[in-house]
Amino acid sequence: MDVLLFVAATFRISVPYALAAVGASFSERGGVVNIALEGIMLNSALAYVLGAYASGNPAVGLGAALLAGLATAGLHAWITVGLRGEQITSGIGINLLSAGLTRYVLVSVFGSSSNSPRVVGFDPLVSFDTLPGLGSVLTSPLVLVGLVLIPAAQWLMFGSVFGLRLRSVGERPEAVAALGLPVVGYRVTGVLISGLFGGLAGAWLASEQHSFTDGMTNGRGYVAIAAMIVGRWSPFGAALACLVFGAAEALQIALQGSGFPSELIQVLPYVVTMLAVSGFLGRSFPPRALGTPFAPERSGQ
Amino acid sequence: MKRLVALEGPLAAIAIALGAGAVLIGIAGENPLEIYALMATECFGTPYGIGQVLFKATPLIFTGLGVALAFRGGLFNIGAEGQLVVGGLAAGLAGAALTGQAPFVALPACLAAAAGAGALWGAIPGMLRARFGAHEVINTIMLNFVAFALVAWIGRYAFEPATVRTAEITAGAVLPRLDVWFPALAGSPANFALVLALLAAIVVGIFLDHTRLGYEIRAVGLNAAAAEFAGIGIGATRALTLALSGALAGLGGANFVLGYKHFFEQGFSAGAGFLGIAVALVGRNQPLGVVLAALFFGALSYSGLVIHGRVPKELVDMLQGLVLLIAIAVPAALARRRG
Amino acid sequence: MTRRFGSVVANDDVSLELEAGEIHALVGENGAGKSTLMRVLAGLVAPDAGRIERDGREVKVRGPADAIRLGIGMVHQHYMLVDPLSVAENVVLGREPAGTLGLFKRPAAERQVADMARRYGLPVDPKAPVRALSVGGQQRVEILKAFHRGARVLVLDEPTAVLTPHEVDELMRVLRELRERGVTIVLITHRLAEVRAVADRVTVMRAGRVVGNAAVSEVTDELLAEWMIGRPLETLPPPLESSTGDVLLEARELSALDDRRLPAVRKVSFQVRAGEIVGIAGVEGNGQHELVECLTGLRRTTGGEVRIGGLRAPRGVRARLRLGFAHVPGDRIRRGLIGEMTLAENVLLGRLHESGRGPWLRKRAIEAESRALLEASGIEPADPSLEAAALSGGNQQMLVVARELARGARVLVVAHPTRGLDLAAAATVRARLRRERNEGRAVLLVSSDLPELLALSDRLHVMYEGRLTLETQPSATDERTLGLYMTGHRMEIAQ
Repeated sequence: MDVLLFVAATFRISVPYALAAVGASFSERGGVVNIALEGIMLNSALAYVLGAYASGNPAVGLGAALLAGLATAGLHAWITVGLRGEQITSGIGINLLSAGLTRYVLVSVFGSSSNSPRVVGFDPLVSFDTLPGLGSVLTSPLVLVGLVLIPAAQWLMFGSVFGLRLRSVGERPEAVAALGLPVVGYRVTGVLISGLFGGLAGAWLASEQHSFTDGMTNGRGYVAIAAMIVGRWSPFGAALACLVFGAAEALQIALQGSGFPSELIQVLPYVVTMLAVSGFLGRSFPPRALGTPFAPERSGQ
Repeated sequence: MKRLVALEGPLAAIAIALGAGAVLIGIAGENPLEIYALMATECFGTPYGIGQVLFKATPLIFTGLGVALAFRGGLFNIGAEGQLVVGGLAAGLAGAALTGQAPFVALPACLAAAAGAGALWGAIPGMLRARFGAHEVINTIMLNFVAFALVAWIGRYAFEPATVRTAEITAGAVLPRLDVWFPALAGSPANFALVLALLAAIVVGIFLDHTRLGYEIRAVGLNAAAAEFAGIGIGATRALTLALSGALAGLGGANFVLGYKHFFEQGFSAGAGFLGIAVALVGRNQPLGVVLAALFFGALSYSGLVIHGRVPKELVDMLQGLVLLIAIAVPAALARRRG
Repeated sequence: MTRRFGSVVANDDVSLELEAGEIHALVGENGAGKSTLMRVLAGLVAPDAGRIERDGREVKVRGPADAIRLGIGMVHQHYMLVDPLSVAENVVLGREPAGTLGLFKRPAAERQVADMARRYGLPVDPKAPVRALSVGGQQRVEILKAFHRGARVLVLDEPTAVLTPHEVDELMRVLRELRERGVTIVLITHRLAEVRAVADRVTVMRAGRVVGNAAVSEVTDELLAEWMIGRPLETLPPPLESSTGDVLLEARELSALDDRRLPAVRKVSFQVRAGEIVGIAGVEGNGQHELVECLTGLRRTTGGEVRIGGLRAPRGVRARLRLGFAHVPGDRIRRGLIGEMTLAENVLLGRLHESGRGPWLRKRAIEAESRALLEASGIEPADPSLEAAALSGGNQQMLVVARELARGARVLVVAHPTRGLDLAAAATVRARLRRERNEGRAVLLVSSDLPELLALSDRLHVMYEGRLTLETQPSATDERTLGLYMTGHRMEIAQ
């Protein structure tokens, strides 16, 4: 097993997870559970393909993907923050809707119920031959964007005024409201950020594959949530957890030919998540106000 | 009377979703009324159609009941898909192993296997919640993935060569088709699992409203603090609730494995676990509502195949998700306006 | 200024005047309306009627931002701090020193906080995470928060409720110093010692109204206590002579922590015999809630033991219920009833451990029992299939009391049994409690309603700051004296 290829595969697999998980951390740090990631990524992947197909330009595809991510996240934000609906079921509902919606659009536009025609992707800046495997992955524009965005996200979360307020909203919204700050605005922004990152992740998936296939997210959205939890709701932590999960997945793929039961490796990320959530890997505390809708108390509102 | 009034949410959801669907059908160039009429007649107008609807609704009744039971207990069971799958696998393996056994031995054994496997799959997050306070949403979702991997792993040894299915179950474990009783339904895959599902709905209803344990589950779901004050052990109750919920979802596997194909096939579940969440919500977590909602979603599923020549069947997938979302949004919006 | 919450008038035509640079004490029992008044001032709640004036001109406070702009800074009783953040981050939240692109200038914030702390004499470590601070430290952070926003009027809501005596002295010193610097302070409290220590003027509220207002130097403690607690006495027939039997409920050196892990019950010992009512008087928040939870089995003790019927009480609520123990919780909504369930189902809530026969709910029997219970208690409408949430507050309380009393238990622990009840219903409940006592039950009555305690109890304790500070009999005391003990003015720690 070529180590370089393994590392390359790990990166390639981890990127969409990491982007999605980092985005989710913003939503959840603001107090809104976002299980809709699966749907966000799916819609964005399709949007990328539509955009790239129509224009022949991957940048257009990326723009479409980001818009789709924002729109999907916006729907979740409207239901959970605007209408104060139940956050978990809203996420599941959006995932179901997205699965159906993408299938429908796929069939209506491209005539196939399982995949789209091939579209352009983002070509790596360094060609495959020059630096085999690893080079093409590391210099893919979207990966570079990701590598820049993740530290930026960490800074935004912990070093900026916005991040400070967002985290406060997720811990103690009453305290923030008592200071006269708009809790609702911060929560919605957090959800929309997760939509942007999810959009990026979806664009990456579609661009890598150069097409859209039905159900191509394949549960990655849920795994990203798990990684975010294991990573203790911080962008760096989430990204790191995704790297580990990605390595496990790469290992599992590499082992598929050999006799070793790859399924054991496959379940590793999920089992680790369950252990983390149950407190075995040290207490990982979610934001205190996570999941509870915020109701302003003044009369006449 | 109150129960009828509570229908406003689901009915509104269905109405709005059908309206949205009409718009989409119009965009696709067809007449919505014609399409809906076609759906209705095929689903409910022909015996074969009715049989198909019943067949598709059956696993939804089981998973819907499971999720609804969990909701009544104040818990989120997002793991119905995994519980369904392990239940089906257990039923298939048991059925294949019990060669030569008479029906009154083999059939209950397979059903017990399905329920038991599902119960185990529900008990794990249940106990993690009871003992460690770990929220069951993530754990049930994770166990879905573990279930799929487990199936793949067991399949290495249990699948028939070059297939993704297990060996055929023994004759004694087969659930006969409904056309034994209703010859009109001949040709459709509807089978006695439906009868079991309806029985399960009745049992769940009686359980929740007329037994002490059901009462305790409901009390914990409505106000855990008061339940604790009254001496109810909330941790144990929650673990039990998720185990029962899993058992119900696991039984859903019987429809396909024992009643239709007579073996377990990887991928048979096709989202019935997640749809069970929609069924439970739209059915307001009441057994009767769950059955009606399951029939509705089952009809939607089948009608997709029916209209496929004229409108993409994927429209139906979309409508299912839309119904769920609207079913959440409408009561929330109404509550906001009231309060 | 008037503020209603549903049918409860929290503030009824209340007027308050603050003079610049004074410390004004706002005194009253729980539920008197003090907090509501201050929350209106802080913009957290809107009044139904009335206005707010500043320097003689009317101002509108539509939200917390308006209040902050007017220079009103509120230090809440339950701190509004974000636990994982540092002191500096909590203080500057909302008015952070910011750099390019929204960078949060943490060092600058820490410097600002350190300066302020020095200036106002409030020692804190700006870098410390707030959750690691003592309660006194957290309070200083809340005060600094107010000053960071330019507060000129500081409102402190029950600031000493959770402080150690030493920290209380510290706070008093700080308040005096702040007054020197021209800050106007409103101190909400129910402890007369604090009023004496720092306040210039005092306003007393009771049941949503202002009942007294004076300069502190011109008013006696007795008068203040009477203003706070006095209520028209209602007449209850004198208790029957009854012979008391064995000790059925006993607490021995019982200690426990509250939810914040602070000592709430400190070595409490008492006995309740069959055929007597023992009352525990006290202003809420002095550990009674935690004490009751220890007795019922809901809270772990950190020391001492509970004995029921002479034997060490078993663990767990259900086991104690089986031993013949009944309790009326102080918080009926949270602990006593399930709003969405029917009345019959709620009646069942207390009887689960005794419906012995098999797994089935004997629905018809429960319905019949519930109907009988409802009618006997005078609850209208006596329909067992109604939802509990549909009953009025008073009826809900009656239901809980009736349910518990109907169990034929040997030991009764009741907390605030007549809260929210009108006079007739309250009289019924009290008569019922007396009947239980006459029939040989042991009753522990936890209440802040002094006339009720004096009329019903055979023996009486006062609970203050987790300890029983007085043991007496109704014939040997009166409301004024009890009031003084309840507010900490006088203490006799039992040996």
